[in-house]
Amino acid sequence: MHDVNASRAANAFAPLTASAVLVNAVGLHARPSVKLTQCAKGFAAKIEFALAPDGPWTDAKSPVKVMRVKAPQGATLHFRVAGPDGKAALAAVLALVHDGFGEA
Amino acid sequence: MSNSSSGNVGIVIVSHSSKIAEGAADMVRQMVGNAVPLAWTGGDTDGGLGTNVAGILEAIEAVWSPAGVAILVDLGGAETNSEMAVEMLAEDRRARVVVCNAPVVEGAVIAATESSGGSSLAAVKRSAEEFYA
Repeated sequence: MHDVNASRAANAFAPLTASAVLVNAVGLHARPSVKLTQCAKGFAAKIEFALAPDGPWTDAKSPVKVMRVKAPQGATLHFRVAGPDGKAALAAVLALVHDGFGEA
Repeated sequence: MSNSSSGNVGIVIVSHSSKIAEGAADMVRQMVGNAVPLAWTGGDTDGGLGTNVAGILEAIEAVWSPAGVAILVDLGGAETNSEMAVEMLAEDRRARVVVCNAPVVEGAVIAATESSGGSSLAAVKRSAEEFYA
């Protein structure tokens, strides 16, 4: 498949899902939101997350949308990822959350 | 007052207050990092509150690349002086420099975040303007 268009590529891949608990003290506030979107933008895959396993889904590549979720500490982030590099993308965002976005 | 890097969209912060402009730039640097060309300008030519076209032009020049430049402004004169500065640019650059309709601090952080991912000028502007959407 030579089409590199992300959304069309995403359609060809079954979505991968996984969840992680927000451990950093302030939750998904401004700085972690920026880190999450920067991380997500590094992948071609479509990356979404939600506070519940069935959504509503938020585009992890949109800094404004990510900040609007205002996910608090202890919230579970459910990720849904689809694309050619979906596996690596999912691993990267999960690692970021587990790591508390590099904060305490 | 500025520094640059890469082929990412440049960000210019224009405030009536140099302290606000500098502080917003600090926030961008700390939250988003150094992957985005960033410049700020604030105050009138006498060092008082205000904006000046020459300072805005200088800031645009500092971050210019063919990827384009997104300008974040605060009130009234910051916007009209920024528009005037854009009009004074060489014709081939004018279309690649846009004033965003977004709050200056939040818009700068969001625009820089978008830019740091390699997004286009249109995507950077759209993302910053989501704040008022």
